[in-house]
Amino acid sequence: MEALSAALGLVATGDPKLLGIVALSLSVSLSAVIIAAIAGLPVGALIAVGRFPGRQTLTVIVNGFMGLPAVVVGLLVYLLLSRAGPLGALGILFTPTAMVIAQAVLVMPLLAALTRQVVEDAWRQYEEQLHSLGATTIQATATLLWDTRHSLFTVLLAGFGRTIAEVGAVMIVGGNIDGVTRVMTTTIALETSKGDLPLALSLGLILVTLVLAINALAYVTREWAQRRFG
Amino acid sequence: MTDPSGTKLLRRILLAALSCALISVAQAADSFITVASTTSTEQSGLFGFLLPAFEKQSGIAVHVVALGTGQALDVARRGDADVVFVHDPAAEQKFLAEGQGVVRQEVMYNDFVLIGPKDDPAQIGGGKDILPALRKIEAAHAPFVSRGDRSGTNAAELRLWKAAGIDIDKAKGSWYRDTGSGMGPSLNTAAAMNAYLISDRGTWLNFKNRQNLVILVQGDNRLFNQYGVMLVNPAKHPNVKQEAGQKFIDWLVSPVGQKVISDYKIGGEQLFFPNAKR
Repeated sequence: MEALSAALGLVATGDPKLLGIVALSLSVSLSAVIIAAIAGLPVGALIAVGRFPGRQTLTVIVNGFMGLPAVVVGLLVYLLLSRAGPLGALGILFTPTAMVIAQAVLVMPLLAALTRQVVEDAWRQYEEQLHSLGATTIQATATLLWDTRHSLFTVLLAGFGRTIAEVGAVMIVGGNIDGVTRVMTTTIALETSKGDLPLALSLGLILVTLVLAINALAYVTREWAQRRFG
Repeated sequence: MTDPSGTKLLRRILLAALSCALISVAQAADSFITVASTTSTEQSGLFGFLLPAFEKQSGIAVHVVALGTGQALDVARRGDADVVFVHDPAAEQKFLAEGQGVVRQEVMYNDFVLIGPKDDPAQIGGGKDILPALRKIEAAHAPFVSRGDRSGTNAAELRLWKAAGIDIDKAKGSWYRDTGSGMGPSLNTAAAMNAYLISDRGTWLNFKNRQNLVILVQGDNRLFNQYGVMLVNPAKHPNVKQEAGQKFIDWLVSPVGQKVISDYKIGGEQLFFPNAKR
């Protein structure tokens, strides 16, 4: 209860620092999901529709990687982007760009695996029809991706949920630098470290509320789009 | 297949993502240095007080990555920091000997304190002597929390056990809890299980979840905690921002920087004592 009123107080004051942290959290996680979707959705759909050797193995791998530990992804991306690593020349370690990369890698298997399931279900239903129309694998994949767009929207939300809630990867590759790479989850971790549990809890409440609000907005938009465009 | 408004929305989202990426690139181009430092300087609130003063004067932003001393030195060894600002003289000397750092300069000190539950199950009874206190904890097998993370505080703790004549590797049992985490999380753990632990004074003063914990032993010379600063060697890591990094170091040990350090207080109590040699 105390945390709730403290959270409301924080929001009411409109602290620019808090707003900056919230904005960074949202932009990093949204960018990561969008980038992951550009690769993950087609890959998932191709696994569902395509018939190639190793398809089952690939399915298992992608499904398994849904459970990739964030801290492991963070470590791998850290080693990749570190000055001593293969991509060190880019100099993007400890920047928001590094955080986007790590989260995109983290969430891509989740998007691909869920997309595969959604598209495979649709494929079973429309396979004969698409074959009779003489659709190639690529055409069938594109058609099915478009037809299942409303379900895929929920897949994207699941991806967003994973990225916005994640702390292990962004902490390692971002470094939790004040005003530069500090996001909601790393701030909560820091305040917990300082023993300021009420503040940490209020920030947690703000984060959860934010995620709920975005999901509500997404739901309403989807309902509207479904009615408007079918 | 193509839906005009759907494509438009997609294009907008992509544009937004692109601009986000561009913003972060623009930020990276600004003048800044990366300092690998310790959790104690960050979590005590010192950097929040110190850095704005330097940034205002120099126009150089300081990006602090706060880790344990061992980890901070490792980040610098990979060339991912321009300056290290840590508190484990032995590890710092090793870093220098490897040719990873240029010169080590002392900046400030504070001290470690032995923290424990108010009711003091090991019956240390306060005082100044840290070594007998540690012997009593070990003899009583009273719960003790160790950082266990190669931080400066962890290194100091291990040195103290050794000085007390206790081989902690052999003596450790279920009473000795190795948390492998930062000072703050270790304090949280100790508070929750009424354990003893060694903390730096700065983090303790800024720590809010104390529950039954109090300072039991302080003031022993062995509890001295020296902070040093080094430029990462540009000869070894060509990406090091030598000029800006050196400016920060020079400022830290200058009378102005030293004064800002001594001005940082919590509840009227000074946390760090400047002692740069000029």
